Amino acid sequence: MTEARRIRLTVNGRPREVEVEPRTLLSDVLRHHLGLTGTHVGCEQGSCGSCTILFDGAPARSCLVLAPQAEGAHIETVEGLAGPEAEAIRRAMHEAHALQCGFCTAGIVVSLVSALRDGIGQDEAAEQVLGGHLCRCTGYVNIRKAITAAWKQGANP
Amino acid sequence: MKPAPFDYFDPSSLQEALELLADLSWDASLLAGGQSLIPMLNMRIARPSALIDLRRVPGLDRSDIGADGIRIGAMVRAASLERSVASSDSAPTCLRQALREIGHPQIRNRTTIGGNLAHADPASELPAVFVALGGTMTLVSKDRGERSVPAEEFFQGVFSTAREPDEILVEASLPTYPGRTAFVEVARRPGDFSLVGACVAAVLEELVAREVRIAMCGTGDRPRRLREAEAVIEGAVLSAERLRELADAVSAGVQPRSDLHASDEYRRAVAGVMVRRALERISGVPS
Repeated sequence: MTEARRIRLTVNGRPREVEVEPRTLLSDVLRHHLGLTGTHVGCEQGSCGSCTILFDGAPARSCLVLAPQAEGAHIETVEGLAGPEAEAIRRAMHEAHALQCGFCTAGIVVSLVSALRDGIGQDEAAEQVLGGHLCRCTGYVNIRKAITAAWKQGANP
Repeated sequence: MKPAPFDYFDPSSLQEALELLADLSWDASLLAGGQSLIPMLNMRIARPSALIDLRRVPGLDRSDIGADGIRIGAMVRAASLERSVASSDSAPTCLRQALREIGHPQIRNRTTIGGNLAHADPASELPAVFVALGGTMTLVSKDRGERSVPAEEFFQGVFSTAREPDEILVEASLPTYPGRTAFVEVARRPGDFSLVGACVAAVLEELVAREVRIAMCGTGDRPRRLREAEAVIEGAVLSAERLRELADAVSAGVQPRSDLHASDEYRRAVAGVMVRRALERISGVPS
């Protein structure tokens, strides 16, 4: 039905409940209903990757998930990322100056932390995983430098 | 943009889903992974009055890879099938290669095999694999029960399939293929839709090719077998010269259209190159 539905989900380890129309996008649930504005909304058609979050541990576009599809799901946003992989990616991105305006950065960090956690190889991360993100100002050279540094460190923490 | 309002249903059984669809069919869309449908909703290219979400329907998320072929439930995610195929000896190489070309990893974590096939984007990779290897779609409706449709008949045009409005695609299957297979494509960036893709299969004895199958995506309104091109090498000894002849036959046999991404001449030329390259990979014959 078009009327609001109650959706229960876990966000960054906390159980949350929202009451939204079924047409509400998960990106908007996070930003507007839960105040988690670290998830950025760029294209709203799945092309840019800025809104990438972890859905049950796997990176996904939050603009391509309807709120009811996230019922019962475990969502991790850029705000919730913690642990050695997150630390490694943050430091490497900082040191390589892997951002300029920063709009795309949140999504890239989410995807790369997930790739590092899952043991995905460096080339795969640089080609395929980064391939899922558009950066329109820094370009990808410094992001790739950050990937190289983080993966080097990831292997020898 | 945001989707226009719709009624949302998430039935918990196939029967319930079929009944809803029978009632609402002309104005309802089925929601699987949503990686094509939700962009269309967001852009309001699609404005269904109702969405029937299949996520709670039990049994649609199972796949079975065995010696007698592969059966894939409609709600199996591309990333999940990618993992199953990687750990299987019997899955055809072209399936593994085509799965890796579907969108980005972030998309493959959500996109489903049933959604991908039922969406029938002419540039989409999997439909070409199913057409080349003679796959079958299983459709179910409330009133007429279950039926099987060969992949070649299932894909009917741009975003158009043999699925009737009251039917749900529940399973897609591939028979075993006795030879070697390859899928290759060209796209502007990793994860982009293919400009042209080729799925090629052949049984090779020495360098004689038999049971040749060639299907393309991105070169027409739907994936098609290129039977005239297949005949160029069927029963023939593969050689560099023969592969060039094949490439010319492929280029002559496709009717691509120009769009923003590539001209028809480019696609025609590249179609031949893709098929030649796929056969090089299968046979080891350099051209």
